[in-house]
Amino acid sequence: MSTPQPRRGSPLLLLPIALIVLAIALAFAWVGGWIGNRKLTPQTMINTAEASGSPQPGFRRAHSKGICMIGSFSPTPAAAQLSTARVFSQASTPVLGRFSNPGNDPYSPDNKAAVRGMALQLKTDDGQEWRMAMNSFPFFASSTPEGFQAMNAAKLPDPATGKPDPEKMKAVLQRYPEIANFMAWSKSAPTPDSLANTRFNGVNAFRLIDARGVQRAVRWSMRPHTPFVAANAEQLKNAGRDYLADDLNRRLATGPLQWDLVMQFAAPGDPIEDPSKAWPDTRPETTVGTLTLARIEPQAAGPCRDLNFDPLILPTGIAGTDDPVLHARSSVYSVSFNRREREISQGNAHNGSVR
Amino acid sequence: MNRPRHFNLPARLLHWSMAAAILAMLFIGAGMVVSLRYRVPLLDLHRPLGLAILLLAVVRLVNRLRHAPPPLPDDLPRLQVWAAKASHWLLYALMFAMPLIGWAMLSAGAYPVVLFKGVNLPAILPHSPVMYGILRPLHGVLAYLLFFTILAHIGAALFHAWVRRDGVFGQMAKGD
Repeated sequence: MSTPQPRRGSPLLLLPIALIVLAIALAFAWVGGWIGNRKLTPQTMINTAEASGSPQPGFRRAHSKGICMIGSFSPTPAAAQLSTARVFSQASTPVLGRFSNPGNDPYSPDNKAAVRGMALQLKTDDGQEWRMAMNSFPFFASSTPEGFQAMNAAKLPDPATGKPDPEKMKAVLQRYPEIANFMAWSKSAPTPDSLANTRFNGVNAFRLIDARGVQRAVRWSMRPHTPFVAANAEQLKNAGRDYLADDLNRRLATGPLQWDLVMQFAAPGDPIEDPSKAWPDTRPETTVGTLTLARIEPQAAGPCRDLNFDPLILPTGIAGTDDPVLHARSSVYSVSFNRREREISQGNAHNGSVR
Repeated sequence: MNRPRHFNLPARLLHWSMAAAILAMLFIGAGMVVSLRYRVPLLDLHRPLGLAILLLAVVRLVNRLRHAPPPLPDDLPRLQVWAAKASHWLLYALMFAMPLIGWAMLSAGAYPVVLFKGVNLPAILPHSPVMYGILRPLHGVLAYLLFFTILAHIGAALFHAWVRRDGVFGQMAKGD
């Protein structure tokens, strides 16, 4: 350089340099949740799901037991008026999906599954995707992820007794009273005797956006063409571990199974951001298409196992709402996906290939 | 020696704009993976910003190869010369690696690589749980490596500016 002997600064100036570097590091640690009073994180929620049973490497942390499904979706003419999503104008869209049982045991007996899930991936010819994750319950257990987490944490066995502490659940219900509605529903709702006649609900609200840019808040559901039949207690007690898949295969041998995708429209004042409150049945509805299920496959080697059915993967023409549970599902599913795919890549998912 | 006293204007513009973009990117990334509410909006920023950084990195590398940088001071201790060179190689490598790994990992995870609503990038890897399971943690580990390298870079730059006062900081901060 041109100045051979620059006048050096005092070594004391190392102190402000260190402080600047430290300040950036601390800001980063705070944003990343390493320090500070962190609110609930998706990692904590997945840890709780993992704590509810024994480790099942390679499987989803919740709704671990599942069946892959292959089918197609055809829209009704009314659908394209409501949303510009290609899935509503394309004659038929291939569907890859997954039925699931709750809990984190991938081999749980089907007769214990009071709640069931249906997740779908629809890929249209414009390269866009719509992923859905629906459930057989009509509304979510709580208004917020914090309430859901508190409920799940209260269900974990107390280390002292090996059983959940009823006092904890009482406290949760006091703090999140909406959870009582869900518990009442779980106790009283009849369980359908088949996946074929189960209605699946999107539960969270979304917005359909039409060609003029008009947005409509909706909740959707898949309504089975197969008539509802409640499983009776005797039937359930004697049912085989995988009776839901066996039943589907029996039905599919005689022809495909169908569900109508129905949009329910919010009226002004309806709770759009609270999935624990169902909208009244009197709200207007439009059938926007039909799902046709052609065949099912075991999930172990099936195409649905390594997909994250993130309900916020949406095509143009469909948008999420500010429902906090909807956003939390996206975050939490991602953590579950990252953990199980890592287990698979490390060869630890010994159970994953068994069935 | 026929070397310039300062980095050329494109190099300086690229350096300072990418510094802002990369720091923003690291904070967005760290925040979105632990957020229950803002994962999607942050991810919607993270992907196009990542692609922008990749494209700027290409322009920057071309400019760097065509225009020699100003020399380091003759009296800089050899260890510091080595550290300066090694950290710059590492920064260049990570500027390319991070966006490419992000893109590859989304591809391997069978995620749509959404640039903007309605505009997707093609997958650059087939759907592969094994690749996703490797690339996703790698993306996180290298992000920390990048962050700590940037911290060292900032500390060293300020050391040159305030303690050594040897003109190295001015090479990137000022023009001829």
